[in-house]
Amino acid sequence: MEIARKGPSLTARAAGLVACRTCARVWPAGTPRCGRCGAHLQSRDTASLQKVWAWWLAGVMAYIPANLYPMLVTDTLVEHHASTIVGGAVEIAHHGSYGIAAIILIASVLIPMGKFIAIAYLALSARHGSRVRPGRRHHLYEVVEFIGRWSMIDVFVVAILSALVQLSSVAQITPGPAALTFAASVIFTMLSAQSFDSRLIWDRDRADERRPST
Amino acid sequence: MNQIDSTRLQQGSGPLAGARLEDLIACPSCDALYLARMPAMGERAVCADCHEVLIAPRAKAGIRILMLTLAMLILVTAALFFPFLSISAAGLGNRASLLDVALSFQSSHMVALALMTAAMIVIVPLLRMLLIFYTLLPVVFDRQPFSQARRAFRWSNALKPWAMAEIFALGCAVALVKVADLAQIGFGPAFWMFSILVLIAILNDSYLCSWSVWKSLEKAPR
Repeated sequence: MEIARKGPSLTARAAGLVACRTCARVWPAGTPRCGRCGAHLQSRDTASLQKVWAWWLAGVMAYIPANLYPMLVTDTLVEHHASTIVGGAVEIAHHGSYGIAAIILIASVLIPMGKFIAIAYLALSARHGSRVRPGRRHHLYEVVEFIGRWSMIDVFVVAILSALVQLSSVAQITPGPAALTFAASVIFTMLSAQSFDSRLIWDRDRADERRPST
Repeated sequence: MNQIDSTRLQQGSGPLAGARLEDLIACPSCDALYLARMPAMGERAVCADCHEVLIAPRAKAGIRILMLTLAMLILVTAALFFPFLSISAAGLGNRASLLDVALSFQSSHMVALALMTAAMIVIVPLLRMLLIFYTLLPVVFDRQPFSQARRAFRWSNALKPWAMAEIFALGCAVALVKVADLAQIGFGPAFWMFSILVLIAILNDSYLCSWSVWKSLEKAPR
């Protein structure tokens, strides 16, 4: 059920107030700290986009070696085998576990790539505007925030395997260097998404709405 | 989903029509301003612009959260020490507890990764439970909140994205399939404890309405 909207929404900033993003309380503009929860107050995080791009770049840079170096090194009696993220998923698919291969590919390739593109798009559109309605873009932001953590699953799988598969010479699994850079990439991307001030999505369109149409 | 239980202040209705600041609520995600009105128990007040849930009170939420958190504290402590997964191949066997998993990267000079994994699957979830417990304990029994309650609850909110117990649980399933042809895998008691823990954590989060908590912390001493 949608509420009928008679006009552009009033924001805390337009009303001369500053909102606390932690507890949703409002204070007169210029108040430095929230009196209820003690969080720092800022009507719009002016450095938001800078932080977003800095973490974004770090995330992309860490993601490259994460795909080039082995994630998992398996030593058995007969072979020494190092597999990358994509290589590991392909092997699992060859064994017939298409579901698991799909989970790994989605969590470690599709989601990280999608996140890089989505965050870049959100940051660019917050600055230069976009024809896509802010409601849609906000939804995209929520998806990015929700889904980002799930990329850590591959790192945890490596942790579980290397703790468990320690059978002296018969079988032994150790993490490869990609485990570290992949984890770093996920964390940097999460920080990038968290630095984005989602209120920036709405500002431009709300300002347009208020302008008298001729 | 029940929409809007807070009235939108339209422009031109005067400078907030004399509403007191403590009666207003601003959407943390999109800055839209509303007159806050408590929805009925079980109902939710949702932002009309971005659909962020603003207020979602649940009946007896405080005492339920305390009880569930207590149960989780016991489970996580127990799950730390019991074997989590066991493996056997060619007559050799190994068992790993949650602690072993968290510290598995230690062996290969990846201390940073070991610390990070330990933090995300054990320390941060545990810390959040303690912080929520500390925040809510006096509030539930109608006492004055502890002096650091605001800081505790703020930290608990900030740490939320970094508690990844449920992701770890799904990771176990993936790990099982990955080594299925290499060796035989069995679940230890800690695995089941951990699975229950994840379910309780999801239930617990659905009870926690942060706006209601902040409201109840307003009387805390400064």
